Amino acid sequence: MSKVLMKGNEAIGEAAIRAGCLNYFAYPITPQSEVAEYLARRMPEVGGVFLQGESEVAVGYMIFGASACGARVMTTSSSPGVSLMSEAISYIASGQCPAVFVNIMRGGPGLGGILPSQGDYFQATKGGGHGDYRLLVFAPASVQEAVDMVMMAFPLAEKYRNPVMIMGDGLIGQMMEPVVFPDHLKTQQLNTNSWATSGMDTRNSGTRNLVKTLYLDPVQLNAHNLLLKAKYDRMNLEEIRFEPYNIESDYQVLIVSYGTMSRVCRTAIDNLKANGVEIGMIRPQTLFPFPLMAIREAASKESCKTVISIEMSMGQMVEDVERSVQGRKPVEWYGKCGGEVPTPEEIMEVVQSYITSQRKEQN
Amino acid sequence: MQSEVMFAGFGGQGILLSAKILAHAAMEQGFEVVWIPSYGPEMRGGTAYCMVVISDRPIGSPIIRNPMHLVAMNRPSLDKFAPMVKPGGIILINKSLITVGCGRTDVDEFIVPVNDIAMGLGSIRSANIVALSAFVARSKMVDNDILRECVKEEFSSKAKLIPLNMKAVDEGQKAAKISSP
Repeated sequence: MSKVLMKGNEAIGEAAIRAGCLNYFAYPITPQSEVAEYLARRMPEVGGVFLQGESEVAVGYMIFGASACGARVMTTSSSPGVSLMSEAISYIASGQCPAVFVNIMRGGPGLGGILPSQGDYFQATKGGGHGDYRLLVFAPASVQEAVDMVMMAFPLAEKYRNPVMIMGDGLIGQMMEPVVFPDHLKTQQLNTNSWATSGMDTRNSGTRNLVKTLYLDPVQLNAHNLLLKAKYDRMNLEEIRFEPYNIESDYQVLIVSYGTMSRVCRTAIDNLKANGVEIGMIRPQTLFPFPLMAIREAASKESCKTVISIEMSMGQMVEDVERSVQGRKPVEWYGKCGGEVPTPEEIMEVVQSYITSQRKEQN
Repeated sequence: MQSEVMFAGFGGQGILLSAKILAHAAMEQGFEVVWIPSYGPEMRGGTAYCMVVISDRPIGSPIIRNPMHLVAMNRPSLDKFAPMVKPGGIILINKSLITVGCGRTDVDEFIVPVNDIAMGLGSIRSANIVALSAFVARSKMVDNDILRECVKEEFSSKAKLIPLNMKAVDEGQKAAKISSP
């Protein structure tokens, strides 16, 4: 298929259809309502179901229901809406059902604002809902990457029987960029017979499928937790994705940044390079599992004196960066919130100030 | 080479659409493009603005502090954004609604009576296409024929509007010729 110019939100909707998702349940919220608008029109065209729930709480459990039946299902929301869905996400993770959640983040906490933010890093990677569970979390930095990640998310959700979260921000949702959709219309759905509650289909095969999350026996619940943990450990081995940038240079500062923020950093790095200043960057494409070893290795380079986590939050990912670097180099944070996106010029200033203070220390 | 164009005006002046057509035309011409709308609180206050970034390399930051060019469709937009334009850029001023200049000598001030031209064509609603076409003719950022095709495609579902908008493209080009420096 040729290139088309599309808004991130609409492209996410189309990507879901191309991935063979025929069930989309949602409740509108800025800055992602165009996904619902788009799929309200498109789902009936492809014989799918578009359903607007009465609230995000309801939508979360609609997703649980559909995924427990083995259906490919997606919802999209923005920060406050994802908070409301978080209870259901915990149940879906425990029930080991595949589902795709998209969070087009806006500023918080509370109702916050409607402009881009990355304030839900903790929510997506460290919980959100209760109990020991993890989501596979993708962070696209362009409309094309959002499309690619949505297409990848469905088979991965099925591979792990676990919810997958795509973390965009208001800019990824609202901006238009050229996108190419893959030619094939549908990724193969994995066999769900062994676990899906599909009514009479499996009754005669002698197995009875049951999706449940209540384990009153502590031994059984511990065993269930170990089973879930084994999946998260496997994600750590098989699903880490990241993009290095200017990492072959003798960089003095290493930036760790994701999503829209990483694009701003990329421009800052290019501008600094033109002035003879080398800065490296690791851009996590998965936030869980986190590219811990890649960051540790990049931070260990002799030329690197400082590692900075740059995020549109008050310092969330920085904790994982510290965990990666483990004291080998100083780890700093820079960021802004509320819909204020740092400009390349600001990033250049911040990075320069660290380089200047490094020089002072040396003298 | 990267270039940025800010389109700004009242809500309802077709700012987002003309910006989208420029981005589409640049994409068809083989450039990397990003179209970034304002969807924040200022949109609700009446000023709509939209940035188009065009580059021959993958585009980094979608956050642009200083655009190369500005298409100002109303006075508040000119006041707010004219000081941000990079030296050497074009500032298109919609003379029909803006009675002042941009007050800068280091830019190409390009004055076009956009609304008057559109009304001469029979519909004020074609003002955004007049401005877009005049800007493209002045800046030569994209090929005029590709722009024409993209305008046509944009209105393909409302075919009866195509002749009007084709005339708007012609008039925009003429305006650029008349006031060429």
